[in-house]
Amino acid sequence: MCGICGCSNPSGTGKFSVVDASKVSLLTTHHHNHGNEQHSQADNQRLIQVELDLLSKNNAYAAENRAYFQNNKIFVLNLVSSPGAGKTTLLVETIKVLKDKFPIAVIEGDQQTEHDADRIRATGVSALQINTGRACHLDAHGIGRAVQTLKVKSNSFLAIENVGNLVCPSSFDLGEAHKIVVLSVTEGDDKPLKYPDMFYAADVMIINKIDLLPYVDFDVERCIDFARRVNPTIQILQLSATKSDNFSEWTDWLIAKMQ
Amino acid sequence: MHELSLLENVRVILEDHAKKQNFQRVEEITLEIGALSCVETEALAFAFEAVMKGSLAENAQLRFKHIDAQGRCLSCGQLTVMEMLYDACEHCGHPHVDVVSGLEMKITELKVS
Repeated sequence: MCGICGCSNPSGTGKFSVVDASKVSLLTTHHHNHGNEQHSQADNQRLIQVELDLLSKNNAYAAENRAYFQNNKIFVLNLVSSPGAGKTTLLVETIKVLKDKFPIAVIEGDQQTEHDADRIRATGVSALQINTGRACHLDAHGIGRAVQTLKVKSNSFLAIENVGNLVCPSSFDLGEAHKIVVLSVTEGDDKPLKYPDMFYAADVMIINKIDLLPYVDFDVERCIDFARRVNPTIQILQLSATKSDNFSEWTDWLIAKMQ
Repeated sequence: MHELSLLENVRVILEDHAKKQNFQRVEEITLEIGALSCVETEALAFAFEAVMKGSLAENAQLRFKHIDAQGRCLSCGQLTVMEMLYDACEHCGHPHVDVVSGLEMKITELKVS
């Protein structure tokens, strides 16, 4: 390995390297052969110090979305979970209870199919499906366009159901008021520790399918303890979307947020 | 594989920056990656060449500067080293610690021509 720049072999064909802070400063005097190319200080190269967040593009779109939502009084939640935790069922049941109280719209994210948007539309609420294809998360630019296509009304509730994935969606701010992580009791109670980024990013954790607790080995207290270790201020709701257990706690929370 | 999206962001950022700072090529990119950030440097390195192909950073060298993570204990108030988001305070054992550093994912240095 090149002792100066850290490229991965002596002939300099490597494309990346791991360096520590003390070595980075040596870049300014770096001068040697990289394969067929000779590069040095002499051939118009210069070093620029910058401070550019890798998510800056997404964050700029998210800030635009957030301003639009605030100006138009649209309350936005970004629902995240593993596949199968019950996000769509939670939304369908929520819409049934709340659709006469305020306008509701839904953006559905999945790699493929219109299935989830169809389930939402069956409740009479407008929904737009975004198929992310190879991408594993929704991004703020896509949400901005979806909001215009859907023509989301002022003073409404917009639910964004993210792609079922407990890893990638945690980094991508969509401009929402809150990230809501849904965890079902048919999953492991240690998920908050296994996927800490998501539980760190979320403001609320919904423990779903609590009607199944007698049949599964899920320790609610342990799960809550793990979630609070990652995120001491996370708010926790326990409910069953299909059996309506404790469901009003969730809808009351939403109604309070809408006021 | 959100590393791919992040690198596509990097490509756009570099193109914007090239106009502002008047450069044509990027020879080296240094990324500062915190220990608690949600990216894998190996995955970034793996996808880097493919994403930068045909851009002003084609054949650029990618370098990483690792940033250690620190948190402030919500009980004793001291700074504590963190390797995971759920690490307890190393001084008093309190389970709740606020992250102070280690979430960074930034481009900090560019060698351009």
